[in-house]
Amino acid sequence: MLEDLFSVVKMRFNGDKKENSNEGGKPSIPKGLMFKCPRCSNVVFMEEFEKTGKVCPNCNYHARLSSRERLDITVDKGSFVEYDPLMTSKNPIDFEGYPEKQADLRAKTGLKDAVITGEATIRGEKVVIGIMDSRYMMASMGSVVGEKITRAFEQAEKKKLPVIMFTCSGGARMQEGTVSLMQMAKTCAAAKRYSDSGGLYITVMTDPTTGGVTASFASVGDIIIAEPKVLIGFAGRRVIEGTIKQRLPDDFQSAEFLLQHGFIDMIVERSKIRRTIAHLIKLHKG
Amino acid sequence: MNSLTACERLDIIRHKNRPTVRDYIPMLFDDFFEMHGDRLYGDDGAIIGGVGYFKGKPVTVIATVKGRNLEENKASNFGMPHPEGYRKALRLAKQAEKFHRPVICLVDTAGAFCGIEAEERGQGEAIAKNLMEFSSLKTPVITIILGEGGSGGALALAVCDELAMLENALYSVISPRGCASILWKDASREREACEVLKITAEDLSRLGICDGIIEEAPGGAHNDPELTAEYISEYISGAIKRKCEKGLDELLNERYTKFRKVGEFSEN
Repeated sequence: MLEDLFSVVKMRFNGDKKENSNEGGKPSIPKGLMFKCPRCSNVVFMEEFEKTGKVCPNCNYHARLSSRERLDITVDKGSFVEYDPLMTSKNPIDFEGYPEKQADLRAKTGLKDAVITGEATIRGEKVVIGIMDSRYMMASMGSVVGEKITRAFEQAEKKKLPVIMFTCSGGARMQEGTVSLMQMAKTCAAAKRYSDSGGLYITVMTDPTTGGVTASFASVGDIIIAEPKVLIGFAGRRVIEGTIKQRLPDDFQSAEFLLQHGFIDMIVERSKIRRTIAHLIKLHKG
Repeated sequence: MNSLTACERLDIIRHKNRPTVRDYIPMLFDDFFEMHGDRLYGDDGAIIGGVGYFKGKPVTVIATVKGRNLEENKASNFGMPHPEGYRKALRLAKQAEKFHRPVICLVDTAGAFCGIEAEERGQGEAIAKNLMEFSSLKTPVITIILGEGGSGGALALAVCDELAMLENALYSVISPRGCASILWKDASREREACEVLKITAEDLSRLGICDGIIEEAPGGAHNDPELTAEYISEYISGAIKRKCEKGLDELLNERYTKFRKVGEFSEN
């Protein structure tokens, strides 16, 4: 399923070209100085590309961001206080190679797992925020993601703060078996309690939001925003193509597709997400 | 209780004479009255729902349906629901809440259907909504996995006060086939994956996910569906009694905790 997602995104942005893979949100060619857009092949200075929050100035392609990059362009400088920064997953079903895979990823990314959560301000508005990071096992949801998201809702309920979740995920984390499936129920139950307490929950779906995360806390926001052209869906594209024995249209499971079918409220460009969130919070203050 | 491996159990639940929900419903409930439709889009043949008497008391029954032959399977989409199925389930659950009836969910599905229309109509949203709403449904919910408990498609009917599994049933986040194709790029190694995933009732009891294991007839439910139905009936009876004794706050707090506590992590 994970491979599937990578290939979908590559296909969508690269056509059939193998080069310019954009896995992990880090453009690889050319190294450092220039950025070549995997969608339109436009070349810009990396500095300029980063200034626009990794959005191609020519075709509006939104490259994936790490959770830190997302945090930097979203919250007020210095305002973030992280929750549960040390939480790491155990190996509930003794899945072979899982601890090693995690140790490797921790060293590579500096992350402890696939989500960071905490409190921050956005244009002065206090929020509880969660940001998923696709570099860590395709941001799949296991015990840590489930627990941190759940605690974020519980904290927000206690402190009467809005919750902002930037989602991206390949789905539930296979390596934790049915335990990871339960995280879907756990996060939704927490979201429900929070919602019943009157809290505002805004989801921002980023590339790619799929599987068990789409089928749980990502889809139950009061307001659901998505970045342009991102992949959002339940089933993997290849799974569906395998079932129906034909190729799916390119825009299938895009943010635009979901907007058209009534499952998200709006598509917002990266540069406007911060101000949109702040505006929505103000609107809900009554 | 037997001690089979996960893939031996897989063979049993795939046995061609394995009783389905259509066999069990008349054995478990009297005067079952089926209701149709989600009131939004259509009626999904993969989920059957309605009201019937269980030992003289009305209960709401919601079940995923596998067919016993090709014709039935066509009508029930091989037991794989579309979003309208999950929305029908939620409609009936809300009805049960209103009329103070316990909800009995019977699950036997490979998973939610993966297809164009399922995506167009919001498969992810439909499942998510069920997880959210069932978590605070103000009436007891008992779920029994009869055969396959396939991922989110099964979980959408399994946010409950008690989860029981038939002794050969399996409940997994991913199909063994899917797991094998990711792990080893070889779907045919599903039998190996089956063991790796820890998906038997015993495994899941150890992990704090399964609350009760229901015995099957010797050799598997297909050898004696009536006897297996009796065991199921006995379990439901006890579960309803246990849950109906509780006050609403206690019931809902315990349901929250049942899922809240699942997860293994360390904090330093």
